[in-house]
Amino acid sequence: MNTTLPEATELVERLLAGDRRALARAITRVENGGPVGEAILAQLYPRTGHAHIVGITGPPGAGKSTLVNALTKVFRERDKRVAIVAIDPTSPFSGGALLGDRIRMRDHTGDAGVFIRSMATRGSLGGLARATGDVVSVLDAAGFDLIFIETVGAGQVEVDIAREAHTTIVIEVPGLGDDVQSIKAGLLEIADIFVVNKADHPDATRVIRTLRMMLDLGHPRSAWNIPILPTVATRGEGVPEVADAIEAHRRYLEESGEWQTRVRLRAENEFERILRRELVARLRRRLPPGEYERTLDEITRRGIDPYTAAHRLLEG
Amino acid sequence: MSDNSLNNIRILIAKPGLDGHDRGAKVVARALRDAGFEVIYTGLRQTPEMIVESAIQEDVDAIGLSLLSGAHMTIFPRVRKLMDENGLEDVILFGGGIISESDAKILKEQYGVAGVFGPGTLMSTIIDFLKDELRKRGKLPPEETPAPENNDQAQEA
Repeated sequence: MNTTLPEATELVERLLAGDRRALARAITRVENGGPVGEAILAQLYPRTGHAHIVGITGPPGAGKSTLVNALTKVFRERDKRVAIVAIDPTSPFSGGALLGDRIRMRDHTGDAGVFIRSMATRGSLGGLARATGDVVSVLDAAGFDLIFIETVGAGQVEVDIAREAHTTIVIEVPGLGDDVQSIKAGLLEIADIFVVNKADHPDATRVIRTLRMMLDLGHPRSAWNIPILPTVATRGEGVPEVADAIEAHRRYLEESGEWQTRVRLRAENEFERILRRELVARLRRRLPPGEYERTLDEITRRGIDPYTAAHRLLEG
Repeated sequence: MSDNSLNNIRILIAKPGLDGHDRGAKVVARALRDAGFEVIYTGLRQTPEMIVESAIQEDVDAIGLSLLSGAHMTIFPRVRKLMDENGLEDVILFGGGIISESDAKILKEQYGVAGVFGPGTLMSTIIDFLKDELRKRGKLPPEETPAPENNDQAQEA
């Protein structure tokens, strides 16, 4: 790969000097993939690894954007530079997307210490976009102290965020289903911090009690005591306490050595994903023209099963 | 109906001014999504500063403003000035709402507003306009793609 593509070098120099347009364009290049995006990442990678990456997930309408907006205010008061990656779904039918998270993130105009970017999932499942990790790397290199990743409104299996973030916040709200919903595998297992938003709702104490019980029932994954924090994010109530918990979790990760474990896991994840994509691309280039499509036709006709076909392509 | 080549094209739709009539903006945002664009919708009561800052951060290819308050002769020139100051010359600026023909002419000629669309405009007209402008800027390949069959009316566009 040619790492001296002039556009990449120019964008990198400008974004490191604090040019927000260059930062935005670099994110576009990385998000769309291709040689310029790869060259940008290659040049920025040595500068990454400083930001605290915080994932925020929970059901649609729970208040994820509102909480991120309120947390950003608190961290700005604490002199942290904050970037936000807000992810909304791509329509599986048109490939288009309507990204509306900025509606609730409007308090930071004119603040050079805040950068907000909306991303569409572009076909990937799991609550994140394919290039989320790469975009986070660009923001990390640009010097943001905290990077919030707000996932697609998630249900029970959208747990990719836990592999991408150092700290995962799961938002629950009163009024969604019975106790068993939260025992099921999924969001319960990925939370480092629980936030019960809309805590002015009469049912909120019951949700907090249920969550506490569920957590006490399970085996603790680590020495970290998972806090359950009530908030009314629209009014900022309880938000400083969430910010404190985020900072406490970072200290815990660093002191326990888990920071390194998570960073390595994240690296492995990313490395494997890239390898897989690259291997498939190389294999397809090596095959005789039309071979891939012919095999796919055969599988579709039930003439061969996909496992045997995969072995045949790889060994043939 | 949708067009895959549009999937990486990003458009900001904003509703400046103090009135709360955002139905037109939402109809357009939705129709552009259905055509295959990535639409960043920023909601009501956006100042020109907020709009241009969002456009920078989101690295959009076009900015669409919905204006029903009568403030278009203030808002468009202000947005254009901020775009020029921030080097967004390549971004398409367009809009819709209750805008007289004489005002639309001034906006187009003096403030580089590429398109002005009134009530009753077909969505396909706006989509074709955007494709044309994107082709002029080399952001879409020049060959003609079949026009989407979308006859939704843009009420209060």
